[in-house]
Amino acid sequence: MINRNPQLDANRALTHLLTTEGLPAAILLQILDTAETFMGVTEREVKKVPLLRGKSIFNLFFEPSTRTRTTFEIAAKRLSADVINLNIAVSAQSKGETLLDTVNNLSAMHADMFVVRHSQSGAAHLIARHVQPGIHVINAGDGRHAHPTQALLDMFTIRHYKKEFHNLRVAIIGDILHSRVARSQIHALTTLGVPEVRVIAPKTLLPRQVERLGVRVYHDVRSGLQDVDVLMMLRLQKERMQGAYLPSPEEYFKYYGLTPEKLALARPDAIVMHPGPMNRGVEIDSEVADGHQSVILPQVTYGIAVRMAVMAILAGSQSGDSL
Amino acid sequence: MPAQLLPDAETLYAELVKKIRADNEKHAKRFALVGIHTGGAWLAERLYQDLSTPQPPESRGLATHLGMLSVSFHRDDFDRIGLHTLKKSSDISFPVDGAHILLVDDVLQSGRTIRAAINELYDYGRPASISLAILVDRGGRELPICAQYTGITLALPKVKSLVFNRDSQGRFYLSMEDKRGAASGQDEPV
Repeated sequence: MINRNPQLDANRALTHLLTTEGLPAAILLQILDTAETFMGVTEREVKKVPLLRGKSIFNLFFEPSTRTRTTFEIAAKRLSADVINLNIAVSAQSKGETLLDTVNNLSAMHADMFVVRHSQSGAAHLIARHVQPGIHVINAGDGRHAHPTQALLDMFTIRHYKKEFHNLRVAIIGDILHSRVARSQIHALTTLGVPEVRVIAPKTLLPRQVERLGVRVYHDVRSGLQDVDVLMMLRLQKERMQGAYLPSPEEYFKYYGLTPEKLALARPDAIVMHPGPMNRGVEIDSEVADGHQSVILPQVTYGIAVRMAVMAILAGSQSGDSL
Repeated sequence: MPAQLLPDAETLYAELVKKIRADNEKHAKRFALVGIHTGGAWLAERLYQDLSTPQPPESRGLATHLGMLSVSFHRDDFDRIGLHTLKKSSDISFPVDGAHILLVDDVLQSGRTIRAAINELYDYGRPASISLAILVDRGGRELPICAQYTGITLALPKVKSLVFNRDSQGRFYLSMEDKRGAASGQDEPV
């Protein structure tokens, strides 16, 4: 058995999207280029294309999420797929069914694609290893591990505003330790050739040896933001706001919250991104979130085109002949 | 057929322009030009230059608008060959509702590309009419589609692919290639 990337088929085409880690730049760019062509679809009289007509896509959300689930649903519907939303947190799993039993049952209902969010890292990998050839899996967030479509829509946003990756200084600011978004962003940014990726966080919110991912570590936000082209804010989850990680949300805002005064240290044409939902007054000041450098709402729009691209590429891959 | 026996694409183009002009000037009919990527788009660009200019000068030009179509979203072989990286997208910046449209492509064979292009056009609105202009009709239709304007009709061996090109000076020429997948019995892309 050769050890190969479980996301690629025998022809090295994308068959599952589980993580940005280990994906070649050519595939990341293929997704971004394809998303570009889907951007115009929403401006037509008929806001739908028939590529996935007759396909069934199951949104398996073992963890609640409104925004991500909705954008996957819109993307699938614009491709003419049938979408079934399963909020499993409150269904079979609470009756004791195992993850793979749930997936087996849904495969028996002739699913063509699963979009999976789960609180356990590796859940989407487990499902991808288990499904029949021809069924595709998209990771919509697994534990602290990965959230590849968020990272891809972030790359799309960066390329839209900055055109190139090779001349950028990008800073990721916030709770890197618990963030699947940050991990996926770092892998995508380094693969696409961003020469300087910075992470800015208090010591308690950084993974040990994070430098091994190819990033520069800053604990002081003021030095970290100097001359940065792109600021990628992370959401600070409520449960991290007290106790061992941080003294209080107010304290966090004082040191790490993005205010106009801190933003002024970055390049004047720097863009501010956030994966949402935002905690205003905790990681970001309203004046910045709503300011002219913020591209937070365009990120949401681009997210639909990027998810359409991923679904269309996966559905078109001939995974039946994988090794 | 050796390359030197292929017709000269510039001559065919001139023939196509003559036919389009004769028919539409007779009926004083004006239309929007829509080219199918990539070869059809080159032809439509040139036709737009030639037909939007009034002849005689006191009359109005025949072509009112120029648009481009990508048929990728409506291909009928997506399940078999998937989505190749799309570099070109449709660009239709005029109202399609009620428009008379002259669809342009380089080579007509099965008719599947034209079927996909008509579907794509309908995503933008309901045209008053669609006609078709083709540089080379090589026969082999699999759908009930015919062109109103044709540069030439040519019978070519099925295993050969006729390729329409544009050189750096913008001049058109034709070449012949072995069809991809012909050996394995696969159909050519639409």
